[in-house]
Amino acid sequence: MWDFIWNDFLVTGEPIIYGAMASIVLATVGIVFVLTYFKLWKWLWDEYLTTVDHKKIGIMYIIAALAMLFRGGVDALMMRTQLALPNMNFLNSVHYNEIFTTHGTVMILFMAMPFIIGLMNVAVPLQIGARDVAFPFLNAFSFWTFFFGAMLFNISFVIGGSPSAGWTSYVPMAGPELSPEINQNYYLLALQLSGIGTLATGINFLVTILRMRAPGMTLMKMPIFTWSALITSIIIIFAFPILTIALALMTLDRIFSTHFFTLAGEGMPMMWANLFWLWGHPEVYIVILPAFGVFSEVISTFARKQLFGYKAMVYAMCVIAGLSFIVWVHHFFTMGAGAGVNSLFSITTMLIAVPTGIKIFNWLGTMYKGRIRFNVPMLWALAFIPNFTIGGVTGVMLGMASADYQYHNTYFLIAHFHYVLIAGTLFGMFAGLTYWYPKMFGHKMNEKLGKISFWFTVIGFNITFLPQFFLGLMGMPRRTYTIEPEWMPLNLLSTTGAFILAAGFVIFTFNIYYSARYEPREKTGDAWDGRSLEWATTTPVPHYNFATIPYVNSHEAYWDMKETGATTYDESKLEPIHMPSYKGLPIIMSAIMFVASFGLVWHWFWLAIPGLLGIIICMVIRSFDFDEGYHVPIDEIKRTEEQARGRKE
Amino acid sequence: MSEHAELKTGPLEYRREDGPLTILGFWIFLAAEVVLFSTLFATYAVLFGRYGDATPAHELFEMPMALTMTFLLLVSSFTCGIAVHMMRKESLKGLVIWLIITLALGLGFLGFEIYEFVHYVHEGATIQSSAFWSAFFTLTGTHGLHVTLGVFWCTAIIIQLIRFGLTPVIARKTFVIGLYWHFLDVVWIFIFTAVYLIGMVV
Ligand code: HEM
Ligand SMILES: [Cu+2]
Repeated sequence: MWDFIWNDFLVTGEPIIYGAMASIVLATVGIVFVLTYFKLWKWLWDEYLTTVDHKKIGIMYIIAALAMLFRGGVDALMMRTQLALPNMNFLNSVHYNEIFTTHGTVMILFMAMPFIIGLMNVAVPLQIGARDVAFPFLNAFSFWTFFFGAMLFNISFVIGGSPSAGWTSYVPMAGPELSPEINQNYYLLALQLSGIGTLATGINFLVTILRMRAPGMTLMKMPIFTWSALITSIIIIFAFPILTIALALMTLDRIFSTHFFTLAGEGMPMMWANLFWLWGHPEVYIVILPAFGVFSEVISTFARKQLFGYKAMVYAMCVIAGLSFIVWVHHFFTMGAGAGVNSLFSITTMLIAVPTGIKIFNWLGTMYKGRIRFNVPMLWALAFIPNFTIGGVTGVMLGMASADYQYHNTYFLIAHFHYVLIAGTLFGMFAGLTYWYPKMFGHKMNEKLGKISFWFTVIGFNITFLPQFFLGLMGMPRRTYTIEPEWMPLNLLSTTGAFILAAGFVIFTFNIYYSARYEPREKTGDAWDGRSLEWATTTPVPHYNFATIPYVNSHEAYWDMKETGATTYDESKLEPIHMPSYKGLPIIMSAIMFVASFGLVWHWFWLAIPGLLGIIICMVIRSFDFDEGYHVPIDEIKRTEEQARGRKE
Repeated sequence: MSEHAELKTGPLEYRREDGPLTILGFWIFLAAEVVLFSTLFATYAVLFGRYGDATPAHELFEMPMALTMTFLLLVSSFTCGIAVHMMRKESLKGLVIWLIITLALGLGFLGFEIYEFVHYVHEGATIQSSAFWSAFFTLTGTHGLHVTLGVFWCTAIIIQLIRFGLTPVIARKTFVIGLYWHFLDVVWIFIFTAVYLIGMVV
């Protein structure tokens, strides 16, 4: 028994892992202590863990995303340290494989995804004049499945061992023959668990946006960020079920000895690559489109001009969404599918550059002759345009099948996707967070610290990744744990950049703490002289968002309201507001799903089967729950609004 | 969102404001399910004929069995339609009876499916035999699991109908399970064609 726990269950023998264990234990003890000491358990349960309020769920998503950014960031620094010089002995090859796997998986699925979904939660209902999302209970459930999925993935580091076959988890490497340990199971079940939540989010936001807009707000009068959320939701709905199946099939292969992707039994390893990228390529657009939406909002607000080419922006996003499903083969041109197939996918791939280019020109057009304010969100947007363009152009280079035979699986590819993912998605999330921060927390983020962190990040980012294009051209392969002497100078440079970049993130996070303490409170509700409806609400936003919902005439609803002096509080139109009740079931059910998945990871059916039963019981409880929520009485609305608006004068 | 305003006319399941929301949400969920099953069908098509050392499908598939299963499920879809029709006529008793008949037919289908699986396993074709059989059992098994889930779900709704009567909320739930059931029927038609008919010929 002890033997099992020490040798198989816990990961032992590595100083870094002991360090990780110690810090996990210390952090847990610390959190429990603080919560108990300040008697915060009940508050935490009542206000956050059971909440169905989209604003709070959004905040929880973003906190989790920042935590995961740190986990992934530490992985990145460890990799860069190992690669700084030839023959480094910081990480051994096995450990290096684990780290690049968890880095990629965490960053895409547990950092980028919750960050975009968090911002969607915060902003979309406010932008369309809704009081919550269509299915608030489901929304809480989405969050908790993501959260427990992320936890399941993260504990693999100390319990059982991390997956090590890359975030793409290619077979036969990830299959039962070559990875007989349980570690790959963590990848499969953690992604499955959080994937369920993501699919539910897609459905939820699609219905919300289609059915709950303010009167007068036709589709073409929606704020552009809402448009990006709508299209992202559609991509999620069509892409995530593919991942669900791909993961399920590999789980069957690994746990129930089937033959989908195995070499024996006439299975087909390359089918995994196809299924994975059929989801994977749309996935990269899932994480970029909301960032595009944020940039459009930010650029228009801070250039103090209406968005240039609103309709073109919308159509461009639709075209991107469509194309994103027919380019997946570009991830394995070297599979050898033949010239015909490769040419076809080369062409579709390069076509994506057209709508993307249209968007770039529209952003430039929006700024043209604008009176630009250089606040932090705008800085991120300005840095995004040139850096993302580098990512896009190198993407087109990769998209030419014959040329890709040279670039494939080299550092050139690594540099490409970091230019699109960091300069695109991450800058976008930072811009969005700084932009909506006053709406979320009632004060801005400090501008000075914001600018320092911005410059560290942008400069560090370029020092890290620009050299990698050249390393790639020099032939340095990706996923390699030691370097050749001739690659040393550029690698050393890249590692230096990585630490500067990390400093930028640390300052960004420190800014959150600093601003909470020292920034002046935000009283107007309209921190940036905004244009869309979220700025029409008071700050802090009342839990029902809008006392009365305004009539919308254009995609800049609040801009119009400011001209006529209208507000979201029309006393003559007050009615009791129906709101959903908070529920404990989402977190409980997701916790049980966590336990069941953990059981499956270890092939412990005595744990997995009761877990499955628990899930069914939760579903029955839900089905028999006829709670209709409650109504906020008119008096209370009046009191809340007068208090909030009294402050404004 | 002030949905205390309940409409007095129109189909029961659409009268409260959250009715149409949920129903639209469920249609979208079904779209996701279409993608899910398409992926399974694609997998099946790719792995078709990859028997390894196992028995080929055409030696095991039997027309009478497949036809019976198809017949049971098609009829159950029809009775499910009658159930919803009864709901529109606000006949609680008719609704419950037709739902129970639907359930019974669904259970019959499942019985045959289980029998079929056991039979194949005895003949030496299991989910572990080869790529083809893995794909076969996963595709049909996923459909079967969906039907099983539908059976439990429908039972829960019948209990609620009997206990709480035909309220707009329960009407909505009934309507939604109706959609689900018809959807499973459609999927089965594809399975019948792509798996059994083609499997017997090729
Ligand atoms: C003009 C637009 C783009 C084009 C033409 C393009 C093209 C490509 C091609 C051809 C590859 C595969 C190269 C190889 O494996 O040899 C690739 C990889 C990748 N791209 Fe892009 N891309 C574009 C935009 C984006 C965007 C917007 C993102 C994400 C936000 C992105 C994320 C990625 C990732 C993550 C990979 C590598 C995944 C891996 O193998 O681990 N790309 N891109
Ligand atoms: Cu791609």
